[in-house]
Amino acid sequence: MSIAWYLAVSAIVFSLGAIGVITRRNPLVVLLCLELMLNGANLALIAFSRMWGNGDGQILALVVMTVAACEVCIGLGMIVAIYRRQLPIDVDELRELQG
Amino acid sequence: MSSILFFLAAIGVISGAVGVVVLRNPFYCVLALVAHLVSLAVLFLLLRAEFVAAVQVVVYAGAVMVLYVFVVAYVGGESESIGERLRGATGSSPAGPVASGLRLGGAILGVALSIELLIALLGTGLEAIEGHGAGYSPGPQAFGTPAYIGKLLLTRFLLAFEIASFLLLIAAVGGVVLARRRGGLGEEDDRDVITPLDLLLPANTGTTAEGVGRHPS
Repeated sequence: MSIAWYLAVSAIVFSLGAIGVITRRNPLVVLLCLELMLNGANLALIAFSRMWGNGDGQILALVVMTVAACEVCIGLGMIVAIYRRQLPIDVDELRELQG
Repeated sequence: MSSILFFLAAIGVISGAVGVVVLRNPFYCVLALVAHLVSLAVLFLLLRAEFVAAVQVVVYAGAVMVLYVFVVAYVGGESESIGERLRGATGSSPAGPVASGLRLGGAILGVALSIELLIALLGTGLEAIEGHGAGYSPGPQAFGTPAYIGKLLLTRFLLAFEIASFLLLIAAVGGVVLARRRGGLGEEDDRDVITPLDLLLPANTGTTAEGVGRHPS
């Protein structure tokens, strides 16, 4: 399959993730949709890496995965802290920074 | 053969993504994301990124998703019902039609973004994206194998590698600090505060024992 097909899949996955980030209200699901967006970017990086026969894109994809793992760690920690304080698990309700 | 595999994997990727966005229960969302990640690993394999595909399955679909499952089980998987309940109780939040209108607007925005991205990627007239990629010769040190990636990571991208490891350390410490168990409200105020002045004063200064003239030794 030509590289263009992979790029189309990556664009679709990225925009599905964007739709999820905009429309969902559960912060857990918002984090999952952020993962979707990062995965779309990763697929494009690896497709371009294959296109040029150059490994830099794969290294960048690995770094993106690392950053995604860090983001999950911090985000889930925040969600657990929110739950401990018995605040609603809902991004619409969590509009204020004041605890 | 490879095109059949591509279409199967692409269908898995896109349906997994749709499942994450559409399903109501966060637990099923996590499972849909696992399916999405495994199909994405197949696409990575088709693009000759063997090491990245293995990392994707082991680290992402294995470790990160287990973390998600634990947090969903801890927080309670009721999707958006907590907010709905509060909304019904207080009645101070936007009503149903407004929320659904916002949701429709978000979906329209996402479709517009998708069309724009597809035009930007496929309408560029780049000839290389119509090809099948650069030449590939199999071998133990071929493109995308662990040996190839390891050599790149430890020579050209050593700085990025080390910075990523520090980032992981910082994130782990931050996660523990954020999610640690707190005693309750006002717990911070009960803690004894020791200033340098306290260390200079004799023992029991300012206590009731001093006030009644007794100095316990």
